[in-house]
Amino acid sequence: MTHAGDLPVWAAIATSCLVLLGAGLTLVGALGLLRLKTFYERVHAPTLGATWGAGGILLGSILLFTVLQSRPVLHEALIAVFVTVTTPVTLMLLTRAAVYRDRSEGKDIPRP
Amino acid sequence: MKLLPYPLLTASLLAMWLLLNGLSMGQFVLGTVIAIAVGSVTAALQPAKPRFKRWYLLPKLVAIVLADIWRSNIAVARLILRKDQSRRVSGFVVVPLELRDPLGLAILACIVTSTPGTAWVEHDSTSNKLLLHVFDLVDEQHWIDLIKQRYEHLLLEILA
Repeated sequence: MTHAGDLPVWAAIATSCLVLLGAGLTLVGALGLLRLKTFYERVHAPTLGATWGAGGILLGSILLFTVLQSRPVLHEALIAVFVTVTTPVTLMLLTRAAVYRDRSEGKDIPRP
Repeated sequence: MKLLPYPLLTASLLAMWLLLNGLSMGQFVLGTVIAIAVGSVTAALQPAKPRFKRWYLLPKLVAIVLADIWRSNIAVARLILRKDQSRRVSGFVVVPLELRDPLGLAILACIVTSTPGTAWVEHDSTSNKLLLHVFDLVDEQHWIDLIKQRYEHLLLEILA
């Protein structure tokens, strides 16, 4: 096992900044879910957590373990790829379901 | 039957295997066997082969998208934290597309949904029009131009 005490100061600061950035953006996204009024607006909020929210935490993790184990650690790249490829599916499914419901209720949603 | 019907898929499977299991000769052999096997099984599904004519433009697209995602993250975060929510107008935009390639549309969908502030709602393959939902809709034409000139143009060039 590696110990966080072996971490040089510059890496500790950079890692904390990246993790805080990611966590902060995810928090703002979650706040958006609470604050926004309509479904279509709320769909935009969690993308913050799925993009640079996750990205910041993953970059921090890459940096920390690369410095501690003194070899490149790239497992996080896989997480990033899978998050990017799968989020659109969920979001599209949700919005299309909402559009279908709204159209059947007679609300005015433009057609492509 | 060809040994490697999908070389790109086989290569990325092997890369993933080595990332997850560590780099060693034994894992390399095992990963190669599995990647080749999965590659030939996938051939039974007959997915369309991606044709990247100008693949050297891909890094440019990735850089543009990453920068745009960063910018819109900040923009949307500020809009969410703003006190006065009623000043912001969000709404739907219809974007006529030229891109018809399924892979290109899939990449465009990933770009649009991963960018906070824009959400892919529907695509009609007959009229080839895309319905977007935009979080901060000031000018409709601005968003149409953004999708068409920034992403679609480049995707058309890459997949040409």
